[in-house]
Parts: sequence; structure tokens; C-alpha cells
Amino acid sequence: MKIGVFVCHCGSNIEATVDTAAVAAAAREFPGVVFATDTMYTCSEPGQDEIVEAIKEHNLGGVVVASCTPRMHEQTFRRTVERAGLNKYLFEMANIREHVSWIGKDREANTNKSVDLVRMATEKLMRNRALHPKKFTINKRVLVIGGGVAGIQAALDCADGGLEVVLVEKTTTIGGKMAKLDKTFPTVDCSSCILGPRMVDVAQHPNITLYAYAEIEEINGYVGNFEIKVKKKATYVDWKNCTGCGICMDKCPSKKARDTFNEEIGFTKAINIPFPQAIPKKAKIDPEFCTMLKKGKCGVCAKVCPSGCIDYEMKDEFVTEKVGAIVTATGFDLFDWTVYGEYGGGRYPDVITSLQYERMLSASGPTGGHIKRPSDGKEPKNVVFIQCVGSRDKSVGRPYCTGFCCMYTAKQAILTKDHLPLSQSYVFYMDIRATGKLYDEFTRRAMEEYDTNYIRGRVSMIYPKGDKLLVRGADTLMGTQVEVDADLVVLAVGAEASAGASGLAEKLRISYDSYGFYMEGHPKLKPVETNTAGVYLAGACQGPKDIPSSVAQGSAAASKVLGLFSKDQLESDPQVSMVDIKRCIGCGKCIQTCPFGAIKEIDFRGMAKADVIETICQGCGICTSTCPQGAIQLQHATDNQILSEVNALCQF
Amino acid sequence: MPVLEGKELRIVGFLCNWCSYGGADTAGVGRFKQPTDLRIIKVPCSGRIDPLFVVKALMNGADGVLVSGCHPRDCHYAEGNFYARRRLEIMHKFLPILGYEPGRFEYTWVSASEGQRWQQVVTSFTEQIHKLGPAPKILGPEASDTLGLMQAAL
Repeated sequence: MKIGVFVCHCGSNIEATVDTAAVAAAAREFPGVVFATDTMYTCSEPGQDEIVEAIKEHNLGGVVVASCTPRMHEQTFRRTVERAGLNKYLFEMANIREHVSWIGKDREANTNKSVDLVRMATEKLMRNRALHPKKFTINKRVLVIGGGVAGIQAALDCADGGLEVVLVEKTTTIGGKMAKLDKTFPTVDCSSCILGPRMVDVAQHPNITLYAYAEIEEINGYVGNFEIKVKKKATYVDWKNCTGCGICMDKCPSKKARDTFNEEIGFTKAINIPFPQAIPKKAKIDPEFCTMLKKGKCGVCAKVCPSGCIDYEMKDEFVTEKVGAIVTATGFDLFDWTVYGEYGGGRYPDVITSLQYERMLSASGPTGGHIKRPSDGKEPKNVVFIQCVGSRDKSVGRPYCTGFCCMYTAKQAILTKDHLPLSQSYVFYMDIRATGKLYDEFTRRAMEEYDTNYIRGRVSMIYPKGDKLLVRGADTLMGTQVEVDADLVVLAVGAEASAGASGLAEKLRISYDSYGFYMEGHPKLKPVETNTAGVYLAGACQGPKDIPSSVAQGSAAASKVLGLFSKDQLESDPQVSMVDIKRCIGCGKCIQTCPFGAIKEIDFRGMAKADVIETICQGCGICTSTCPQGAIQLQHATDNQILSEVNALCQF
Repeated sequence: MPVLEGKELRIVGFLCNWCSYGGADTAGVGRFKQPTDLRIIKVPCSGRIDPLFVVKALMNGADGVLVSGCHPRDCHYAEGNFYARRRLEIMHKFLPILGYEPGRFEYTWVSASEGQRWQQVVTSFTEQIHKLGPAPKILGPEASDTLGLMQAAL
């Protein structure tokens, strides 16, 4: 094979610490290499054209590009060599940027290492073979996991694009965190007026199947053909007939059930509908608090239900759905702020979270839109807001900025003044981060028009003083200590990955970062893709996001799904395992170890042999390292190819 | 080109494409300085790694071999790293039989987001290999026969 080697400067990214001309010169001496050069930007148009011309001029049979990580530009260069008429698998990359030039400044050692990596790539390339993809048909349905605003947007966009959508929501209603908000920044328009109609659209859309109070039990298959097992959790109410009239909730004598929708300000009934605009508006029994389910006595709801929907014997149910793509929009949870002893660690009833305050402000909330102190129900006069509770704090393992707390705190300060004109709000902040459209103007309004007292500094202690709370902190701009007699303290609690994120990631076979947020395909160029084909991300499951960004991502994910489904058939990755039937002894070990059931036993002239189903094989190569005969080989990563790389490194 | 005399030793890394290779990329993007000894071979999954790759690397003259994959329960292929763990664990016992210190081989888990962890892994493993010094090489007139016999035994 005649090989061409292109060593990229990447501007100064590589050239500054690697002598690329020397690498190219060394490469010219390698067996098989007939052409080697260094170029300024190999990925640019002239850079790619240079490759195409060299392939034609020198009649190259394979190309090595030494530049950035293959995760960045392998696809780019594969298309380039394809353009010149080569099979795209007759191409290898040597990663001399992320793995060499960016991790050290020793030019001699870096150059030497780069030469090694190029040698490795050429040795592997010499053993590469042209590979050809197979086509397979796809199931043009999409699963959306999570019914918050991002999931709703993704579901509606896909459904409007003509796709059948399965929307799975963990709680009994869609709407997510946005449904709990009273108003939204920077327009201060009512959250449920914006979201409510979208929720109704979901319920009424002929293309959307909604499973509320359901969870993903199992995911099998691969892009184009996933099989999803959905667990419909027992609600003890027959939702087919429940009209959402709410009589059961009125009459239920068990009044101490946890009210998660209202962030546990007060209680709800054991049988409940979370809020009036819930979609679907159906009742559910909380078995932890239902006297009938716990003790076998009561049955009031069954007696009063006009449609006879109550079923105390109901069990979890499982349904299987077949889809071709998955959008994950599982959102976020709030940081558990009680780790902060200085804020009382949860001992003071009048220290509440921002989301609890939001429920208090909401007209459909537990206080009917009146701001009341949880301790005595009185209206507060001085309200203190503390920013960055579980954000930008290494000591609690949350060094990142949640990003939207500055904005909702400004909104809550404005709303406080609207609700209680005689009140005074104080905001203890670190920095104001208001980088969206009309955002900075909004925080200025909170300060200038609504007289909110912004104090730049942290709070060191909150302790009770009579029926008030004394908030002591620093004002770092004035260089003084500040004390505020507060009636109510609202903590701007940061966002963290939702509780079940890692478990779901395992089922989806996608990765997550050290905080539990899902990893996007590329931080800049693939914000809604994952590294697993056919699985997309939307909203705060990828990292904290405000409503506009979540909606944008929901639409982006939907456009990716629609793009994927614009073809009737997908091309399978040809980097799959292949059986050398002469060497196969039919032991069946590969069949047992394959995680995808991609290998089946066939009969070959009366002998058992293994056979790979190419469109199911995902190319992990577990079978290759299991086979005692070396009969099953993963194409593009065969034993010979890997060992040739080992030899290239070790024998010099 | 030979390793830089007196500066570097020959360390081979087998990294899975989805987690650890990405982790090494993340370390690069973060400009986390690392020793230059390690050369990385990308494999699709740690479950693809035949333990004999490790042995063959050492037989061919590597001074250390590092394997890294996705954290358990975070494998892109669901269970590849469990196979890897079971197979590679044995290497610690098997290498002394071949005459190599067990410390010349290590396997670990690094996710694609753990750039800093990758920097620590590379730095500490390189230090460990430098402490052990160059691996015993099979040299002399009978070297090829010996290697042939070892190869046959494997």
C-alpha cells in the first residue's frame, strides 16, 4: 500500500511544541510511505484539497493525518479520502494535539512521540481493508424521556414533523419544574399561561402517546430499532375512566400526604391531583399515606368516585414500545441545601428554597398566592435572598454556576414588592450573572425600580432572634459587616443532576460527567447528540439551563431526530465482527458473551458455526478477545491490527 | 525513533474509545501537563483487550502497560469492562510467572469527563514505571528462540 502522511500544524496548536516538518521527514522513511508533508490547517478546504490531490498524484492507497483527536475530525477526513475515490476506512489518524502538543512543552520529546504515533498509524493502516456498510430499515417513532418544558418541546416538534412520539414522564403530570413556577424572567409573564397550552397540545396531539407516572425499565436495541420496556406505576385509579373531577381528593380523610408538587409547603391528600392544570388531570393514590392500602380500612374515595375508577388491587404494568430514536430530557433536581449549617441546616421553618417561594407566589399554590411565613403565617416585611446556595462552592462539591439563579432571584424580589408593597428585599450575591437577552436590564430594574438592596457578599450565619431571623453577612464592596433582621430567608438553591440520571444513563449506554450531567457528543459542535447513535439530549439533563435554552435544545434534538428519520434506511457501521468459518470450532463462547445478541449459531455442512448479524453488531469486540481460535475478528480492530501497533511502538 | 535515552521509558496504553480515550482528550483540552512516555492505542472497548496484548507488549520491549476503560456500570457496550476486569485482574498474578514485576501493568477506569483524573493516572503510573526502571529485555543469541518458545506457550 502506498501511504501518504499529512502532519498538521493546527495553526500554532501543534507546531508550537512539535516539529511537524521533522515528523513528516521521519515518516518518509517508514515502509510504505511514499509521500509526507506538513500543512498549516489540514482540515481547512485547501488542506483537504491537498490530500485529494496527493491521493491522485501519488496514487495513494491509504492516508494518515497526524492532527487532533479522531473524535474531532475523523469523519471529516474520511469524507475527504472518499472524495478522492478511496474507501473511507483506508484512513488513520494520529492524535498529536490532545495527546501530545497540548499536554507538555518539551519539543524534543513531543516530536519524538509524534513520530511514534504516526508510525503506529501507518502500521495499522497497512493492515486496513476497505469496508462497506449494510443498509437496514428503521422504525420512525421516537421516545422522549421526561415531560418538562424541554421534553414537551421535543415531543411537539417531532409530532408536528409527522413522527409518532412516545412521551414518558416519571410523575403523574407533565410540566416539570416550569409548571411549578409562578412567573418567568425577564418578561414576568405567568409561567402556566405559557406552558399550559403546550401541555394541552401534548395531550391532544394525535401523534403523541403519553405515559405519565411511568419509568423506563429496560432499553434494548440500537439506533433505528430500539425496544423500550416502560413501567407504568400503579396509581390505584383507572385512568381510562377518571375524569379528574377531584371529588375523591375533597373527601379523602388522610390529609398528611407529602405534597411534592408544592415542594412540601403544607400537605396534600393521600389521593390527589397535583395541580388544577395537570396533564393528564388524573388522580393517584399515595400508598404510603392511604389508610385503605395500609390498614385495609377507609375506602372513602371508592365510595364517592362517580365513575368507579378506584382499584386498590392495581399493580405496576409493563408495556413495550418500539422506537428508532430517543430524546432524553430528564431535567435537574435541587441541591440539598441542608448541608449548610450556617443557614440553619433545615432547622428554621422560615428559611425556604427559591422553588418553595415560587409555589407560595403562585395563585394556584398552597397559600393561594399570598406570601406567608411558614412558621406563623404572617406576612414578612424584610425578605433576604441568598444567592449561590450549592453553586460555585467547591466545599460542597458544586463548583459550577447554575446560571439562572441570579435571574429568578431578581424576579422574586420584584414579585415580592408587587405582592407586599411595604416589604424590603435584600439580596446577598457573589456576582450578578445576567447574560441573556434583556437579562441585565431586568436585574437593574429589580435594583433601581423595586428598591431591592443588593449586597455583594456571603452570609456567614443565620440565627433566630425573637420571631425573626438575624442574617449576618459581609458587604465586600463597603468592607463592612451587615446584619439584617429578616422575616423570611429565601435560598437560591442550585441545580444538580436529577436523582435517577446515572441509572438511566446506564440503560441508554451514554456517559455522564462527574456531577451526573449527561455528556454531549461534542461541547461545541454536537450539543444535543450523545456518543450513542440515536440518543439525543435536551434541557437541563446535559447541564443547568434556563427555559429558553431548554426549549432551544428540545427543538434542536427534535430536528436531529427528524434529520435521522429523513432516510428510510440507515447505513450500519461496517466496523463489525466477522467469522472466519474455517477457523470457527462452534464452541459458542462468542454467542454467550455478545451483549447485543448479534451472533447466532448456524449450521454449516452439519457443523455448528458462529455467524454475525452485521446490522445488530455494535463493534465492541468482546467476542474477538473471547474466541479461543481467533476466528471471529472485529473489522478495523483485528488482533493483527492492534498487535501491529504494539510492535510499531515496542521494537524501536 | 527510540525512546529518549535517560528521559523516557516505553509505556503502552490501551484505552477504550468511549471513556478513557475521551478522558485523555479532555485532559489535553484542559492542557493538563503529563509525562511524555505513554503511547496510546485506541480500542473500541476495554472488553476488546486480549490479556495477551499486555504480555506481547512486554515481551516486545515495553517497560509498562496501562489499560483504561469506562467505569463499571458506565460501559458503552453495557458489560465490556466487566469482562476486561475479570481478564485483566489475572494479569497481576500471571506476569510474575513470566518474570515481570506485577507493577509494570495496571488497569483503571477513567470517564470521558475526567481529564484531571487521567492526568493523575498517567503521572503516577509513569512514576511507578520509572521507579521500576527498564524492564528486563530478552537479549543475546538465544533471544529469538526464547521469544518463540514464549509465544508458543501463549
